[in-house]
Formats: sequence, structure tokens, C-alpha cells
Amino acid sequence: MASVSLSEAEKVYIVHGVQEDLRVDGRGCEDYRCVEVETDVVSNTSGSARVKLGHTDILVGVKAEMGTPKLEKPDEGYLEFFVDCSANATPEFEGRGGDDLGTEIANTLYRIFNNKSSVDLQSLCISPREHCWVLYVDVLLLECGGNLFDAISIAVKAALFNTRIPRVRVLEDEEGSKDIELSDDPYDCIRLSVENVPCIVTLCKIGCRHVVDATLQEEACCLASVLVSVTSQGVVTCMRKVGKGSLDPESIFEMMETSKRVGKVLHASLHSILHKEESLGPKRQKVGFLG
Amino acid sequence: MAGLELLSDQGYRVDGRRAGELRKIQARMGVFSQADGSAYIEQGNTKALAVVYGPHEIRGSRSRALPDRALVNCQYSSATFSTGEHKRRPHGDRKSCEMGLQLRQTFEAAILTQLHPRSQIDIYVQVLQADGGTYAACVNAATLAVLDAGIPMRDFVCACSAGFVDGTALADLSHVEEAAGGPQLALALLPASGQIALLEMDARLHEDHLERVLEAAARAARDVHTLLDRVVRQHVREASVLLGD
Repeated sequence: MASVSLSEAEKVYIVHGVQEDLRVDGRGCEDYRCVEVETDVVSNTSGSARVKLGHTDILVGVKAEMGTPKLEKPDEGYLEFFVDCSANATPEFEGRGGDDLGTEIANTLYRIFNNKSSVDLQSLCISPREHCWVLYVDVLLLECGGNLFDAISIAVKAALFNTRIPRVRVLEDEEGSKDIELSDDPYDCIRLSVENVPCIVTLCKIGCRHVVDATLQEEACCLASVLVSVTSQGVVTCMRKVGKGSLDPESIFEMMETSKRVGKVLHASLHSILHKEESLGPKRQKVGFLG
Repeated sequence: MAGLELLSDQGYRVDGRRAGELRKIQARMGVFSQADGSAYIEQGNTKALAVVYGPHEIRGSRSRALPDRALVNCQYSSATFSTGEHKRRPHGDRKSCEMGLQLRQTFEAAILTQLHPRSQIDIYVQVLQADGGTYAACVNAATLAVLDAGIPMRDFVCACSAGFVDGTALADLSHVEEAAGGPQLALALLPASGQIALLEMDARLHEDHLERVLEAAARAARDVHTLLDRVVRQHVREASVLLGD
């Protein structure tokens, strides 16, 4: 992660503030920073989204391409994740410097989507054992301001909501050879249902309390964090503890309860924002990086 | 060639532009607050981001430090979703390394490196969407980012691509026109003095036509300079309003 150097006095200040439920920027322990979400930022992808969470800036592009289904799941399509920690965020990520963090985040994304209910993979199948849609979800980390996992999961959910996969028909002729026909209408496409796509909530333990959405400075003061992936119904799909320090089991249960509470609120506001943006229709003014 | 006509009889190109017309350019400086300088540019459908860190101490081995000037380090990276087909790796392949070296050559000609001996200036360019003219968009974005970082430069560096079809020189090629296989010229210019920082040409072109294509590219680069100048002045005006001057 991008490093920030803090003096002992600054760390003590942050820790004492958190004990009183007052963080450096005035938030409470369970408050998120202001999140800006915009979809359809890159036009030659099947779906894209940009999320700005404080100083953290993430751009996700989804490309749908045709491929062959995996052998063990012949009637399902699949998702491939790739995370690029670009040198824009910090010079330490130049060349292959960002690969470690990128693979860690990609592996976490694979794990949280590795269950039957997150995305309906059977809708991505075109003809069993022969053709299916493969969704390449590419995450580009542009600026690192703390709390990467949350921002990335929000961006992935928004990009999947924005993804439009062209509708295809399989035509079979007398000899049995199959032909795939793309529909003529460019607006005729299938959308994915993102009702059950989870979002990650990261809880960092600072002192004896835990905080949601830590900034870089707060992450430097925390010894251990728990990443919980929560769906909009409050179902936990994956949980991981990261960090050098250790946690006792009671605090882990407390953090899970907090993450379920916070996760439901996060999902509700994300849903409402995405539907509001969609209701503006194709005439909406696209801002992207120019605003 | 069969099918697509790059230049119609009335003089219109595939996207409706005239031969010497540029695509719509929109740019913004100061996109990211944590970097020393950053800028974003859109040239038609080509979108590029540039971020500058520096001048700062040399990272890695101190032996690379130059005693009389700064080291300019460039990295070119294009997002995996930027091209029509999904790319495997964003950077590290031959084309990205070559582009990085070209950017470095371009900016070493323009930045006043003598003012910062034994230090390093990092320029990172990211292409978000590639629709032709990626080198030009990267150079233009990087110029704005270097200016945003406050690093002194000799002059703006403005770049544009040019091609040659049916006896006419075309300025600012899109992806369709580049993929058609005709001659392509990439030019990076310092507009005030007219000095060329980088000139690169691909495919065969008769030397009689070279002057016309070069002239078209130089004229287009000067038009880009007018636009970039306006963007910088607007940014400075906004910044001084915020400071209360």
C-alpha cells in the first residue's frame, strides 16, 4: 500500500480520538467518507464505473468476450478479475512493484464471487460445453487514499450493473453445425442482476474500537483489520483477517455485526444512486475525469 | 481499398472531419490531489491520464544519479480495457517500453533538467481508451501534468499524428485510419521556437510528400498548443480565485 509516515504524537492523537468516537475529519466510527460513483465512463467496454472515495480513485472496466466454458462447469459462464495497481497512485508501483498488491486484491475478489448466488452465471451460457460469455473485470487503481477493498468492491458492483451483454442466438442447421448470430439492434442486450453481488466492508481495529473506511493515516495506526464481504440482505459470503496484529474472538464477532449493519446501509444507498443515475437516461451529461 | 473509404470525393473523412481538422479536445489539470502534478485529456475517443511525481530523490540505486541534471523517468501503460480486444498486461510489453523511451526522449528535450541535479522526475501516463493518436494524447497530457507540478519547461510540448491518403495529408488520425496501413507520422513540437522534439514515421512514404505531411502535423500541433494554453490559463485563473487573489 502507499505508505504515509506518521509521528508517534499523531498516532496517539488518532487513537485517542477514535476511543471517543471522533475521528480526525469529524466522522464517527461507522461513517463512510463521501462516495462519488459514475458509470459508463469508458465507452468501448461492455460496462464501466468510476468510484471516488475520499482520495481513493478506482476505475473498473468490464469486457464481455465469447469463450469456452470451464470443464467442471459446462453450463455456466465465468468472471475473470485483474487488478492493476498503476504507478499513478504511488511511484512504488512502477514496473512490477504493484503486482503483489494487485494479485492480493484479485484473489480476494475471486473468493467473494466464488459462490452460487453472487452472479447468475447460467445466464452467461450460450450453448453448454461450447460457448459462453466470459466477463473480464479489470480494476485500475488510480489513487490510493486508504480503504482500497471497499472502493474496489463498490466499483465492481457498479460496473456489473452497467454491463450490457449483446443478445445472441444459436442457429443450428441440418448437418448439426452451430452458428452464432448477433442481434442487429445494438441496444438489444442482457443485463446482469446485481442484487446479490456483495460489497466488502473493511473494519480496522484502532485501540479497543474499530472503524469503518479508514484513511491512510488511520491504517498506519491500526494493527489488524477484518475484511467482511456482505450482500444487501446482510449475508456474509467471505471473511478475512489481515494485518500484523492479533484479534481476540469477541472483537471479531463485534466487527462482524458492525459490518452487517454498515453493509446493508451501503448497499441500500448504492442501489438508489445507481437506479437514479440510470433513470436520467442516455441524455445524462457524462462528467468522467473532466468534472 | 475495398469497403471503407478514408477520404471521400467531397473531402470528408470517415468520421466527417476535413483533412486538416483535429478531433474535439477537452482537458483538465489537477485531477488527483496526492500527486505532484496530474492532467487528463480527451482527444475524440482517446482518453489519457498523466501523473507527475517530482523532482524528488533518486529511488533505487544512487549510482544512476546524474551530477548536473535531473533524471526523467517515464512509464507508458494502457489499461486492459482500453483497446477493442481485451489486453493481457497493461505494461511491460515491448510497445509500452518503446513508448516510455519515446516519452522520455521528448521530455528530456523540454524540461529544464539543469535546475534539478541529482534528482528524479517521474512521468506516468495511463491510456484509458485508445482510438488512435495515443502517443500524441500522452504527450499532451504529460505536458499539462508537468506544468501542474510546477516543473520548469522550455516550452509546451504539443504532439499530433498525421497520415497521407490519396495525395492529401490528414491530421490527427483515428484508430480506423491508423489500422488502414497507410503512412503515419508522429510529431512532437515545441511551438514557440518550432523545434521538433520527436519525429517518427511508419510505412512507406515518397520523400516528395514528406514536407506536406510534416507541415500538416506541425499546423495541427500548433492548434493543439492554442487549446492547451487556454486550459492552463483557465486553471491558473481558477486557482488564483480560490487563493483569494
